[in-house]
Amino acid sequence: MTEHTVKAFGEKLEALTTAVAQVGGLAETQLADAIEAISRRDNARAEAVIASDRRVDLMQYQIEDQALKLLALRQPMAVDLRETLAALKMASELERIGDLAKNIAKRAIVLNREPPIRLAQSLARMGRQVLAQLKQVLDAYARRDAASAEAVWKQDGEIDEMYNSLFRELLTYMMEDPRTIGLCTHLLFVAKNIERAGDHCTNVAETVYYMVSGDHLAVDRPKADVTSETSVPYGHT
Amino acid sequence: MLPAAPVVAAFAIRQKTPAMNKPWLTWQTLRDWLWPFACGLAVSGAVIWRDGVHGQSWIWAGAVVAAIFAFIAGGRAWREHAIEKAAPAEADPLPDLAREVFERLPDPLLLLDNSGRAVFANAAMRAVVGDEYERKPLSVLLRVPAIQQAVETVGPGEEPAATEFATRVPIERHFQAYVSKSAIAPLTLILLHDLTAIKRTEQMRADFVANASHELRTPLAAVSGFIDTLRGHARDDAEAREEFLTIMSVEAQRMRRLIEDLLSLTRIELNEHVPPSARIDLQAVVKSAAAALAPLAESEGIALEMSAEPGLPQIAGDRDELTQLFQNLIHNAIKYGRTGGHVWISLTAKAGMVSVAVRDDGEGIPREAIPRLTERFYRVDVKRSRERGGTGLGLAIVKHIVNRHHGRLQIDSELGSGSTFTVTMPGISAREIAADRPVTEVL
Repeated sequence: MTEHTVKAFGEKLEALTTAVAQVGGLAETQLADAIEAISRRDNARAEAVIASDRRVDLMQYQIEDQALKLLALRQPMAVDLRETLAALKMASELERIGDLAKNIAKRAIVLNREPPIRLAQSLARMGRQVLAQLKQVLDAYARRDAASAEAVWKQDGEIDEMYNSLFRELLTYMMEDPRTIGLCTHLLFVAKNIERAGDHCTNVAETVYYMVSGDHLAVDRPKADVTSETSVPYGHT
Repeated sequence: MLPAAPVVAAFAIRQKTPAMNKPWLTWQTLRDWLWPFACGLAVSGAVIWRDGVHGQSWIWAGAVVAAIFAFIAGGRAWREHAIEKAAPAEADPLPDLAREVFERLPDPLLLLDNSGRAVFANAAMRAVVGDEYERKPLSVLLRVPAIQQAVETVGPGEEPAATEFATRVPIERHFQAYVSKSAIAPLTLILLHDLTAIKRTEQMRADFVANASHELRTPLAAVSGFIDTLRGHARDDAEAREEFLTIMSVEAQRMRRLIEDLLSLTRIELNEHVPPSARIDLQAVVKSAAAALAPLAESEGIALEMSAEPGLPQIAGDRDELTQLFQNLIHNAIKYGRTGGHVWISLTAKAGMVSVAVRDDGEGIPREAIPRLTERFYRVDVKRSRERGGTGLGLAIVKHIVNRHHGRLQIDSELGSGSTFTVTMPGISAREIAADRPVTEVL
């Protein structure tokens, strides 16, 4: 961070960055634990995720307060202004990722009552991919690295492809054996939540890129999710 | 005369601030004094030029301006002093001996001052948080909520708090963190202890049993079914017996391959967090892998072609694992290539990275299957994979080996025209070779 003439201003701004990194750490842990709860069938971990959601919400409010005070009292300019706005936006994106993790954890508890299913491991793998994205973009934020943020932004297509493939596989499963519909529906929502978390990572990447460079990434996001148009004909196996 | 007043004033104020291990006269202080002096002189000069030397007003004008600048200079000196007082951590809190001992600890160690910023990280910790750690807040360096919480709750001189955490990506690692605060200095100590090896062994055993029991069930059921039939009504049917024994032998071989692959995957995963250290010439490894598969390629009527750029850098690697990696890739290319087609292997170097591309002209892979190819037991076409004797683990093994070598696996494919699997790994830089760092084969 560059040196500020008014030292207190620099400190406030740094406190804001630190708080965002902390929320990022919380969201990261929540998502990792939720995925672990699915792949290791670990109810205790799932409950820990649900319980920690309050902390993320609280921290988000704190960041909003801090950012508003900074805007009202110091009228930041240029990169400082972008940093303040980025903190606001990132806090809400990260809070959403935490929410999605909480939802995954809730479903994990339901899934763990059913017999194990191989596809849960495929979901966990997709989850780890999103987690890698989240880690990379948070590292990019800490290091003010626009190139790394842009790389995350470009990778989202891969997660969408994985989601498409899982979506089809789950549909096929349900058709083969209607008794699995309950289980597979939960898995479908878990997959969707993971995919959404990936989208939020892309948003964070856009914010980080803008904060560092002052330029926007292209308007068209690398989208490859086609499940809204996917159908598997009945009887197809 | 009077323009000298600001110098005296600034000097007087300056003397009130204790010199913190600094020489009292630095370029900075000189500049602080010269400014008001020069400005006072300039204003006085301007007044003299207008009124002549006999007027009185220039004395007062000069004095006022000089006083203002002396005030500013004094203010700045006072502020600097205040900042220095607020952050005494600028002064090194560690004696050289302690620094030396900490530096040599095998476990990562981080020291924070009372504002939560890093003041010291030993070599093992710098491998985790990077070299530019100084004065950065904890949450930026280690984004672990459990540690953050421990730092907030532990009091000075109290029992250290121990907390476990894991990093899942890119390589799963487990740590125990001890957080403790000094009773005599404003310092927080964070010590990490690597639990990865223990946790991995636990997990691998569970995974191995789960995978083996699940995947062996089908072939085992087939074999025992045939045994029952052979004992029952097929007892005296020589033709059926021959047929059944053939199927049983195929199933038994499948089980053997599966167990072999599971074992090697487990072995690779166990060491995934330990970077390999032997110096490897990739071209030789790829060549021997291709040579081992040449007979198979010939029987499938596939032409293996290999090309390599001259002057490829060596890489830090594990020879056995790399051989397995390229054997798997080339084997796949032959297995899923077009009968009578080609497999091209090309080695290139770019920006210190070495790439090995294995390309076939088979039927290609559907787009949505590509990101899932390295998933264990994932098969694009279950029936075909079974026929071809695949275990569903080949690319999972590839992925883990690539991970351990800090490389990247890229898969490009077009339906109808073939697929390319490219492995890119960092070469040993010329500088490292020049320094001739000791390279051990021991993990």
